[in-house]
Amino acid sequence: MSAGRTDVAIIGGGLIGCATAYYLARRGRRVVLLERGFVGGVSSGVNFGNLRLQGRHLEQMPLALRAQALWEGLEAELGESVEFWRQGHLFVALNEQHAAQIEAFHHECRPYGLETELLDRHRIAERWPWLRGPVVSASWSARDATVNSRLVSPAYARAARALGADIREGVEMTAIAREGAGFRLACADGSEVLCDVLLNSAGAWGGAIAEQFGEPTPVFAAGPVQLITEATGRFLENVIHAVDGSIIFRQTQRGNILIAGHPRVPVDFANRRSRVPPRKLATNLARMLELAPHLSHLTLLRSWTGIEGYFPDMIPVIGPSRTTPGLFHAFGFCGHGLQIGPAVGMCLAELILDGRTPTPIECFGIERFAKPVTADRAHLAAEFEGTLLDKIGAS
Amino acid sequence: MTAPPREPPGTEQAGARAGRARWVRVARFTGVPVRVSVDGIAHEAHAGESVLSAVLAVLGHARLNEFDGGKRAGFCVMGACQDCWVWVDGGRRVRGCGTEVAEGMAISTSAPRLEAADG
Amino acid sequence: MARAVIVGAGPAGITAAATLAARGVDVVLIEEGRRGGGQGYRAAPPGLDLPMRRLLGGDLAAWRRIQARFVALTMPMKGLHERFPGFAGQVEFRPGTLAWNIADSVVHTECAGTLDEIAYDALVLATGATDRIMPVPGWTLPGVYTLGGAQTALKDQGCLIGRQVVFCGASPLLYLAALQYARMAGAAGARVVGVLDTTPFAEKRRALPDLLAAPGLLLKGLGLLAALKVRGVPVRHGVRLSAFTGTDQGEGAGVDGVLYQDAAGRTQRIECDAVAFGFGLRPESQLAELAGAALRYDPTFRQWFPAQDADGRCAPKVYVAGDNCRIGGARAAEAAGLIAAHAALADLGLANGGTDTQLVAARRTLAAMERFQRGLARAFAWPHHWAAGMADETIVCRCENVTVGAVRGAVLDARGGERELNRVKAAVRCGMGRCQGRFCGNAAAEIVAAALGDAQAEPGRLRAQPPVKPLPVTAAPKEPVT
Repeated sequence: MSAGRTDVAIIGGGLIGCATAYYLARRGRRVVLLERGFVGGVSSGVNFGNLRLQGRHLEQMPLALRAQALWEGLEAELGESVEFWRQGHLFVALNEQHAAQIEAFHHECRPYGLETELLDRHRIAERWPWLRGPVVSASWSARDATVNSRLVSPAYARAARALGADIREGVEMTAIAREGAGFRLACADGSEVLCDVLLNSAGAWGGAIAEQFGEPTPVFAAGPVQLITEATGRFLENVIHAVDGSIIFRQTQRGNILIAGHPRVPVDFANRRSRVPPRKLATNLARMLELAPHLSHLTLLRSWTGIEGYFPDMIPVIGPSRTTPGLFHAFGFCGHGLQIGPAVGMCLAELILDGRTPTPIECFGIERFAKPVTADRAHLAAEFEGTLLDKIGAS
Repeated sequence: MTAPPREPPGTEQAGARAGRARWVRVARFTGVPVRVSVDGIAHEAHAGESVLSAVLAVLGHARLNEFDGGKRAGFCVMGACQDCWVWVDGGRRVRGCGTEVAEGMAISTSAPRLEAADG
Repeated sequence: MARAVIVGAGPAGITAAATLAARGVDVVLIEEGRRGGGQGYRAAPPGLDLPMRRLLGGDLAAWRRIQARFVALTMPMKGLHERFPGFAGQVEFRPGTLAWNIADSVVHTECAGTLDEIAYDALVLATGATDRIMPVPGWTLPGVYTLGGAQTALKDQGCLIGRQVVFCGASPLLYLAALQYARMAGAAGARVVGVLDTTPFAEKRRALPDLLAAPGLLLKGLGLLAALKVRGVPVRHGVRLSAFTGTDQGEGAGVDGVLYQDAAGRTQRIECDAVAFGFGLRPESQLAELAGAALRYDPTFRQWFPAQDADGRCAPKVYVAGDNCRIGGARAAEAAGLIAAHAALADLGLANGGTDTQLVAARRTLAAMERFQRGLARAFAWPHHWAAGMADETIVCRCENVTVGAVRGAVLDARGGERELNRVKAAVRCGMGRCQGRFCGNAAAEIVAAALGDAQAEPGRLRAQPPVKPLPVTAAPKEPVT
């Protein structure tokens, strides 16, 4: 097969890759996206669908707020439903430490333009009379929203295709070579792609590509567990989210209860398989029932997880390569990529086409891993299962 | 051939057993009688009888589909289709075809109101 | 001592359990129902006065054999030692228990809300099959059941599904279920008002060479047809089912008729208050998949089965036997259970060396039954070609109320449609409900294949997800897990 020429090649068809392809195509650039499976199939389409603003790293706030504005107009922009629902988000403090965290965030997020409302137990009981468990206080953010994550990447991919982007599912990139000022990509199906600019949005596999260009990172893979019950009568119009992430649940518009909860679990990265550890089901269900005992009559229908890329500092890599002109990285979104995804795609399109973006994203540069980074076990203990922390050498 | 007899509206209690029972018993249970109720209608079942069989001895349906309200009366009768889940004793869920009746069991074909209120 | 876990107490599971226990293996036999025997050879609840001879006819002896084996197995003092000289192992029967997941050589179970874990040295999955469904408009109406469901209502509960029952579809169960109903219906004033076979009679003649692999069963099948005719039950061949009519709303909700096109293309209607239908069987293969088995497409049956070697090995320490891996019926299941158990014994280092004559016979039976089943697949053909012409508004996923049009639309989306069944599921929820695609999966695969315009393409399959059946959210281990 002869090599196809394009302006930008994107490796990895998750939300980041698909959104970037869309915004590049919208600005008239030729884009080829290579996805070895299906778009959004491994990580972007298997998450809880939380477009959460509260509790974000403050350095992510400008990006997050830009993203939320994009989300709010996304269905009109893409021409199809992603089940966007501005339903609000209740951050629930289960102990005094959590309470202090949400109170601090309440003040810290205001300069960025995010308003949260602090609620005491009395106010919580008024609005969520069924809520039980050791709830100390809570923080309400009305602008937080949810989507059906399964629908988002395919919607972006279809919209990008409509603008002329070449989204190739089932095509695996097998080798990258520098060619002049650009790149030559070889694929498993024998095809080749020549491009001026290359975006590495390969998720948990993005580390291998970065490493090839002399930029090793401590990226590792983990899975967020999701459970879903049968549909029941409507009672919950917003996300309930323990501050430490130990339990997160919401009711879908059809009435099912979608349940998530940290710690994230190990996955079979080499074989690209992820499975929910069986014991995780009872653990997360018990945590939900502690807060919502009136749901005890329901049955659980399904469980699933996926393969997400993480860094020990729990923020992604976004930005240009420091070794290779024309190469950009955006991977390892640490389980927080869905909400910021559209803005990341927009910023990458700006970086690629304009050389700069108005949104501050310097803190996400890959150069922060130029010196060794150690994983802080205490900091990550609530986020990941112990066996996973052992594997990444957290201490 | 004639259509099955139809009950006029408003004769729910009296007509339940005679007119709307879906299943037709052709073999008797000889064991101890077990008193149950199906949507408030008293019914004498027997040890060994399934909840689904008790419900369909009284009514023409076992549940309502939660998305269109359409009546359903089970389908596979062997625990695979999950289309005969009912409520018993005010909240517990059971699969009708795989659960045996118990004395005093109050079976309901529709969801009891979600007890989300305080208290 | 080695421990074997067996899931499913039908002919395959019971035979495997007996064979393993006889060689000193500790056996845990898990059964979701309350009693042993499987769907075909089930034991009615104690106290149900079923005339088994009248109901089962020529199947009575096989039913007695399976039930006797089960009773001997689970009550060892009563006869296991006599039946199996050298018996040493224990059999623990766990009824009412759902095996909901398998991971890392552990079976995860739920019984009455309590979760448990059973580690195994060998796992025999004998989880059986259920009816395969091609939707017919109106198939979700009250009073419409699977062929297996109609039989279960009768054999497990002593009930008919209605007073005027139509049996339809294309399945080895079609005539069997209809005749069992015809035998039992008279006393209650009920009757079988029609049998509508969707396969043209000519296909049955073409299937004869394969069906002759089991002449006894062929004769039995012909006997069923003759017995129905003697009883005056109208039997039609080569029909196309147009709709099950009726309403699911209000006081009179229920099916009230079957609309069909006869072999000459004329529209016909039968009034009824119950319908039993099905199109052969589909394997309960979810647990095998979770245990690590690869799934393989079989073009004869147009569906996917766990890939296995000749002895039922499908993954390390995992064996499959019976209809869950190879649609074959009860005799094949018994043979496969014996073969799988011997494979497990060999892998555990407990083989007795010599060639077991029983084993040789079992292999011969299995080979004959396989050929016979291929004949049946032709004689009772899966109407996959219906998928292309099915009306958009027909419901295909009865759990989530997803229509044929929605599934088709996901494929034919002008802006870039999906080409794979699990992606269609993700887009339109077909197969996402309580039954996890058991009753829509085969048809949805055909609808996707037809929409893709490649009738020869392998229809896809929905992946298994734990729990394989719904679990109560209150399910918890007896001992809190730390």
